[in-house]
Amino acid sequence: MIRKLDHELEKSLIIKSANVRLETVKRIHKVGAGHTGGDMSAADILIALYTYMNVNPENINSKTRDYFILSKGHSAEIYYEVLAEFGFFEKKRLDSLGKLGSEFGGHPTKNIPGVEANTGSLGHGLGIGVGIALGLKRDKMKNQVFVLTGDGELAEGSNWEAAMAANKFELDNLTLIIDRNYLQISGKSENVMPLEPLDKKMESFGFKVLKINGHDYREIFEALNSSFDGKPKAIIAETIKGYGIRDGEGIASWHHMVPNKEQVIQMEIDMKRIVEEINNV
Amino acid sequence: MSKQKAREVFSKKILERAKKDSSIFVVCSDSMGSAMIEDFAKELPEQFVEMGIAEQNAVTVASGLASLGKKVFVIGPASFYSTRAAEQIKVDVAYSNNNVKIMGISGGISYGNLGATHHSVQDIAFMRAVTNLDVLIPADGNQMGALVDLLLENENPTYVRIGRGEVDDIYDKSEVFKIGGSKVLRKGNDIAIFTCGQLVSRALALSDLLEVRGYSASVVDIYSVKPIDQGTIIDIAKKCGAALTIEEHSVFGGLGGAIAEILVQEYPIPMYIAGIPDEEIPNGTDLEVFDVIGLNQNELLEKALILIEKRL
Repeated sequence: MIRKLDHELEKSLIIKSANVRLETVKRIHKVGAGHTGGDMSAADILIALYTYMNVNPENINSKTRDYFILSKGHSAEIYYEVLAEFGFFEKKRLDSLGKLGSEFGGHPTKNIPGVEANTGSLGHGLGIGVGIALGLKRDKMKNQVFVLTGDGELAEGSNWEAAMAANKFELDNLTLIIDRNYLQISGKSENVMPLEPLDKKMESFGFKVLKINGHDYREIFEALNSSFDGKPKAIIAETIKGYGIRDGEGIASWHHMVPNKEQVIQMEIDMKRIVEEINNV
Repeated sequence: MSKQKAREVFSKKILERAKKDSSIFVVCSDSMGSAMIEDFAKELPEQFVEMGIAEQNAVTVASGLASLGKKVFVIGPASFYSTRAAEQIKVDVAYSNNNVKIMGISGGISYGNLGATHHSVQDIAFMRAVTNLDVLIPADGNQMGALVDLLLENENPTYVRIGRGEVDDIYDKSEVFKIGGSKVLRKGNDIAIFTCGQLVSRALALSDLLEVRGYSASVVDIYSVKPIDQGTIIDIAKKCGAALTIEEHSVFGGLGGAIAEILVQEYPIPMYIAGIPDEEIPNGTDLEVFDVIGLNQNELLEKALILIEKRL
C-alpha cells in the first residue's frame, strides 16, 4: 500500500507497465486468444491500483483489506499478469492459461488468489462493489472498494441501478474507475450506444467525477487520493485501447485480436525503448 | 386445522433470529409490504437494505454483502426475481457461491388476476438447472419456519418459493426437515403422488378420494426440489408402480420434470404431470384458476384412476 507517488515510484511503475503489457501480449500470442485491446488500456489503472490499495498476498483474507472488482472481466489476461507481478501467485502458474483444466480461464474467478468476484458477464461489478461498500459502512469499517468497468459496458442498465444505490447509501468508500477507451467490439462506443456526456451523467447520479489520463500515474494517484465525504467517486480514465501495440492502438477490432509474431517483436522493441528512456531520465 | 401465511412466518422468524445475529441481512425491492417485513425494517434498520424497484441490483448488492460473510435474504415477488434477476442469481449468487437466499414470495399463480406478469410458473425449471443453487418450496407456515433454521445453518445459495395466501397447516411445529429431504405424508401401494407447495393439501384430499374408492396412495411432499430425495422417490415409485405429480408450476421443467428425469432413467413407470398448462390462463384467484385448469379434484381423480389402471 503506497498512497503517495514520488518520482522514483512513478518511474518504476512505468517500467512495470511496459513489462507487464509485453508479458501479457506474449502470453496472448502463445495461447492464441485474449482480449488484447482492453487488457492494454487497463494496464496502468491496474498497476496503480495494486500499488495504492491496502491489499497484498499477506492480507487477502483480512477484514481490513481494500477490495477490487474487475467488472470488465474479459481483461483477465492483464489482471492475472498484474496479480502475479504483485506476488499473489507465482508467474509460472500462468503457463496453464488456455489449457484444459487451468484455473485461469477467459474470465476471472475467486479460485484465483486475490480475485474478489467471479466476473465476465458485464454490468455486475459496480453492484457487487456497492454491496461490499455498504456492508463495510454498516460495520463501521474504513476499507475502500474499487471497481473497474469498461465504457461500452455502461450500456448495461444494471450499472445505473447500482449507481443510484451508491448515491442513496452515500458510499464515499466506493471508487468506480471507467476504462474510457471509446471503443468496443463493434466500433466506437459513441456510435454503438452514446455515453456522453458521461461525466454529467455520473454527476447527476450523485457521483463526484474526475476525468483523467488513464495512462498517467500522477493523474491516477491524484484521483485515487481525493475523497469526498458522503459521495461515491467516479474516475473517468481516458485510455488507449491496445496501448503499446503499434498496429493495435485505437482500433476496435483489437478487442480480441491476437498479435502475430512480428507485432510481438515490434512491441518488444518499443517497450525496451520505454524502459531505456525512463532509466535515462 | 389452523392456517398461516408462510411469508408472515418467515418475517417473524427471521426477525427473531436476526435480533441475535447481526450478520443476518434482509434486502428488499420496494417489497416491504408484500414481504410483510416492515417490523424487521423498523427494528433492525442496520440489517435491512431497501433497494427500490430494482431486483437485479438487489441480488447483486446482496451478493456483495454476502461476500463479507453476511447471511443475506433477498425477499420480493418470485415472478420478478426468477426472471428479471435470473442472471444475477445464476452469476452473482450461485456461480460466485455467495450465501444469499432468494425468497420468492407470491410464487406460482398466487397473485391471481394480476396476470402473467406477476405469475412465476417457470421459476423451478430455471432455478433447478442452475449449478450450485438449492431450490426449496415450503408447503405451509410451520415448514417455512423450520426451513428458516435450515437456511441459516448452511451457506448454500438457495432459491425458496413461498405462496401468498394463508394455507392449512400440514405439519406440526416440531416436524424436522432437511435440505435434500422429502416427507412421505401417506403410505399407499396403488399410486405415488409427488407434490410440493400449497398443492400438497390437494394431493392429500385426492388420496382421501382414492381411499373411498378402495385405493391407497402414497403422498410425498418434495419440499426440497434440489437437491432432490432420489432414494425415496424411487422406493415409492417401485412400491406403487405409477406416479402422479401435482404442482403450481408449468408442466414443463418443474417438479414433474424433476421426477420424470429420475424415473425414466431409474424405474420407468406410467406417469402424469399435473400443473399449469402451457397456455394463457384465465383471470381469477389462484384457487379459482386451479379448478379450471385441470387441478380440480375431479380431474386429478380421473388422472389418478387412469394411472392406477396402467400401474406396473
